[in-house]
Amino acid sequence: MNVEILKKTEKPETETMILNMGPHHPSTHGVLRVILELDGETIVKATPDIGFLHTGIEKTMENKTYNQVIPLTDRMDYVASLSNNLAYLLAVEKLLDIQAPPKAEFVRVILTELTRIASHLWWVGTHAHDIGAMTVLLYAVREREKLLDIFELVSGQRMMTSYFRIGGLAKDIPEEFEPKVREVLKTFPDKIEDYENLLTKNRIWLNRTVGVGTISAEDAIDLGVSGPVLRACGAEWDIRKSNPYSGYDEFAFDIPTGKNGDVYDRYLVRLEEMRQSLRIVNQALDGIPEGDFVERVPGVVLPPKEEVLSNIEALIFQFKLVVEGLSLHRITQR
Amino acid sequence: MHDLILKKLKERFAESILEVAEFRKEPTIVVRKEYIIRICRFLKDDPEFSFNFLSDLCAVDWPERKPRFEVVYNLYSISKNHRVRLKVRVDDGESVPSVTSVWSTADWHEREAFDMFGIKFEGHPDLRRILMSEDWEGHPLRKDFPLTKEEVMFNYNKDRPPRIMK
Repeated sequence: MNVEILKKTEKPETETMILNMGPHHPSTHGVLRVILELDGETIVKATPDIGFLHTGIEKTMENKTYNQVIPLTDRMDYVASLSNNLAYLLAVEKLLDIQAPPKAEFVRVILTELTRIASHLWWVGTHAHDIGAMTVLLYAVREREKLLDIFELVSGQRMMTSYFRIGGLAKDIPEEFEPKVREVLKTFPDKIEDYENLLTKNRIWLNRTVGVGTISAEDAIDLGVSGPVLRACGAEWDIRKSNPYSGYDEFAFDIPTGKNGDVYDRYLVRLEEMRQSLRIVNQALDGIPEGDFVERVPGVVLPPKEEVLSNIEALIFQFKLVVEGLSLHRITQR
Repeated sequence: MHDLILKKLKERFAESILEVAEFRKEPTIVVRKEYIIRICRFLKDDPEFSFNFLSDLCAVDWPERKPRFEVVYNLYSISKNHRVRLKVRVDDGESVPSVTSVWSTADWHEREAFDMFGIKFEGHPDLRRILMSEDWEGHPLRKDFPLTKEEVMFNYNKDRPPRIMK
């Protein structure tokens, strides 16, 4: 009976099936729903549905003072909070036309590069775990913890650091900062080797990453892709080279690029970026200049605690800044 | 570079430029919205500028102004490493021509501007909400959208407000 039907219509009529992938629970990384259209096993159309983690940060920010926004920027990407702090503060500092002192800039570079490493570690760990190599996750998290220790040392917080401030840093770096970072610089290159040994020539890893998710450089630029993903497509572009901020033009580092723009190349680019970050951290750590850790612009930066307790003007500044926040109007009139 | 962009734009689209400003060395050009696709296309295709990267497209709500909204286009050229910012002004209920035909990335950005501000983009292939749920009412980033709103959970005695004890 079935054979007869099949014979009658040479090409059996089929229709595609709609399948919902996700949305995943917010505790899993990257909450996303994809509406898939399947033709048998083949996905013919995928429509992403985003916004599950949309918390209205922009709206919240509009109703806060410039200093109150800093903790919100931590939460935009909890594995790269210091980078988000910096991006926000660079914009505010540009608006106010103030410049952080050299010491603050060096510390900012060191910490954001360490953040880059921590973020890449989390990426490689969870990614490897998702496609079947659990060991890497455990190693990556172990090393990441060392970096989080440094963040905790300077800011008191492992992840929601809020360490940078308008005009510099929240407080000076402690004495233990340099030896701790030196230790990471000494031990970490071997750890990157370990990940390479575990993954780079691993057949399962190769089968599941090479040729997967390929984007051409033209498409990437057209779609507004930047960062390691763009570099993995072969475009040699890095914002730290093209528009250097925080004194990045003073450090020597290379831009790693890929060829094929697939997941495997993105992996290689990120691994190499970790090495380059270590290079930058090394140079910055050698050259931390003496001086103040924050540019003391009156009406913008909180006065030192001792002054607040002894000087009425400083007390007023502190009071006005905390209660009212800084007024752009007043600053530009200055 | 800024002067050159302005000069060329003035040559080709003289009647389209409404305002030119520079702040902290960042040039901004306000143009008429009818011309936005042609200007974007020109800035992207001209080999001297080649603005091939749309860094950001967003909107600003100015409740006291007429027209009320501004749509901001932050253009960047990866090959030439320069930037320019374009703005168009649009009133509530009006629409802006979509630049999705120039840069594909404008697709989601325009959906976000639509979702958050209610600005319609003419010629957009699939203009629907992107971050808020489909049944959401209002546009959250408008300045008159309340920051918090609490539903009244118990209203059995709403017609009989509690008497003040004396």
